[in-house]
Amino acid sequence: MEQHSVLIYILIAILVTNLIRVVPMALINGPIRNRFLRSFLYYVPYVTLAVMTFPDMILATPTPLPGIIALLAGIVAAWFRLGLFPVAVICCAIAYLLI
Amino acid sequence: MKQKTGDDIVQGLRVGLPIGLGYFAVAFSLGIIAAKAGLTAAEGFLCSFFVRASAGEYGVYTLVAVHAAYAEVVAMCLVANLRYMLMSAALSQKIAPGTSWFKRLLMACCVTDEVFGVSIAYPGYTPPVYTYSAALVSTLFWASGCAVGITAGSLLPANLVIALSMSLYGMFLAIIIPPARDDRHVLYALVISFLLSGLCIVAPVIGEWSSGMRTVVLTIAISAFVAWLKPVKTESDGTA
Repeated sequence: MEQHSVLIYILIAILVTNLIRVVPMALINGPIRNRFLRSFLYYVPYVTLAVMTFPDMILATPTPLPGIIALLAGIVAAWFRLGLFPVAVICCAIAYLLI
Repeated sequence: MKQKTGDDIVQGLRVGLPIGLGYFAVAFSLGIIAAKAGLTAAEGFLCSFFVRASAGEYGVYTLVAVHAAYAEVVAMCLVANLRYMLMSAALSQKIAPGTSWFKRLLMACCVTDEVFGVSIAYPGYTPPVYTYSAALVSTLFWASGCAVGITAGSLLPANLVIALSMSLYGMFLAIIIPPARDDRHVLYALVISFLLSGLCIVAPVIGEWSSGMRTVVLTIAISAFVAWLKPVKTESDGTA
């Protein structure tokens, strides 16, 4: 098997993530006009975070139930715009009580 | 002019502090995942300080844990952080004309969901030092949180560690759910994402995919599908 180095993983992450931030700033003069591209970029963040959250969240707990309840509670809390930190605390607290 | 710059630095530090406190808690649970992937506290600090991306780092650490190919890490970073492209593009419109190339690029490097949020909210052109100082203080909390999570995560009881790992998912939910309330198409995209992502775990062949591969393929496929079906209308649409 190929030998991988943690430091190279980190360097790749640093390079790619910051390139993504820098490239549009360097290139874009004015708004993106292509409608499909604009729509695609608009939906990407939501879809990425959604597929990273589910089903991973309910697979992270020893049995699915605490994860499912934490997920539902988190969705409700976020729906009522409780904010980043409160939603995170609610999910943790519920999972801790049910595990 | 000097006075104004000083004020902007202080204002930036002031908005950066509460952001940093939230970051610390989330980065702590990220550190627990990084520790599982074999990162030392110093490596976690270094990575978090320069990457500053919750979903991106989470994706990278899960890939490091399974010794994934470097190409997979590149793909994961591209997709998980694609939203920063949008934010950077939007931020470019908020910088005063005549600002140097170097300052513009450094501002772009400061972009995270929250720092972008406060930078965009600044009335008029955003002074670079305001963004720098907000980013600096919040990044220090983010990187230390990760390092502390790597060190202390192993000292905590297993139940507590699992419970704390929920904070990252909670943060993701807090980012994706409120816009779904305002935009029905985002809601559809989320429902499709949850369904397909769940299906992929149990499906034959696809179920064997790594989580990184699944994230990349599903994100591109679902976003393209929804973008084709329901293109956005407004000209100045940015996601926060």
